[in-house]
Amino acid sequence: MQDQTGGPADTGQDGEFMAVRIWRGDAAGRYRTYRVPRLRNQTVLDVVTWVQRHLEPTLAYRFACRVGMCGSCAMTVNGRPRWTCRTHTAAVPGRASLEIGPLRNLPVIRDLVVDMTPFFEKWQRAQARFEGRLTRRDPPLPVRPESAARREADLAIECINCGVCHAACEVVAWDPAYVGPAALNRAWSLARDERHTGQAALRAAVGGDGGTFACHSHGACSEHCPVGLDPSRSIAGLKRWAARQGAGD
Amino acid sequence: MEARLFLLQRLSAALLAPLVLIHLGTILYAVRAGLDAEAILARTQASVFWALFYGLFVLAAAIHAPIGLRAVLREWLAWRGRSLDLAMGLFGLALALLGLRAVYAVVVP
Repeated sequence: MQDQTGGPADTGQDGEFMAVRIWRGDAAGRYRTYRVPRLRNQTVLDVVTWVQRHLEPTLAYRFACRVGMCGSCAMTVNGRPRWTCRTHTAAVPGRASLEIGPLRNLPVIRDLVVDMTPFFEKWQRAQARFEGRLTRRDPPLPVRPESAARREADLAIECINCGVCHAACEVVAWDPAYVGPAALNRAWSLARDERHTGQAALRAAVGGDGGTFACHSHGACSEHCPVGLDPSRSIAGLKRWAARQGAGD
Repeated sequence: MEARLFLLQRLSAALLAPLVLIHLGTILYAVRAGLDAEAILARTQASVFWALFYGLFVLAAAIHAPIGLRAVLREWLAWRGRSLDLAMGLFGLALALLGLRAVYAVVVP
């Protein structure tokens, strides 16, 4: 936090203020406008925290690390899903009136907090969980880092489950069966993991209803991913993989 | 099934792409001197080439269109399950029958 007191000495140039619209309530809620001091160096998460500490003690929002590691502070900022901790107010387009809402495509619990349960249920439906055949007493299986499969898996493994791609995806918005880009990106990293023993279940899940073939390749997931991952690429890989495997059914 | 439909739709699209271009090019060429049913029938009747060309065209379209329409209906109307698959199967069958009937009419004297 840049601002601990809210006093004029801590505010930005010339004590400038900005109008901030923040979603209040559940899905049937509405935006309320707050007057917040603009600081020289200020993230959107700083703004939300300032509002909670000075104006609206009941404002609900999530954050943990504040440095782009945990993925818990994602919200909709001026219409785009973003990590609020890594979004400077000065970098937000149309920053004259900041609008901060909950992530799209997930049920709103209250204010800026969404229920992530459907997001992780879809990971399970996509069978996007590792299964191995070794126990802790076995030596680890060697995986060649330079192998083509490993290099493809490496491109997908840095996801921290923030839900930004899920919120950005138009297909998730209109097709409730679609498991979404995050689950499919994880599925692709498992499809290319030679240690993963659940390949058959994975292929059945991602090649089935609401799986990889439901994707329209809009690319919104890759456009918005704060880590710079390319879920569209993973999904295209999964399409080839599932189609090649599924053709022999 | 989704994987197989995905492949079928792409394979039929790969077939349709050149067929549609030849179809459109032939129309532009054939109507240069005005549209005349007799002149067109004179070229298509008893022609093995045009029978095979349009026969393939109809079959590719009858595979391609129902798969695409199925995806559109699933997303826009949330219609899923066997009733949709059955309806799309019938739609594809109707396209194939109507199309092959038309091909028959122009190539069989």
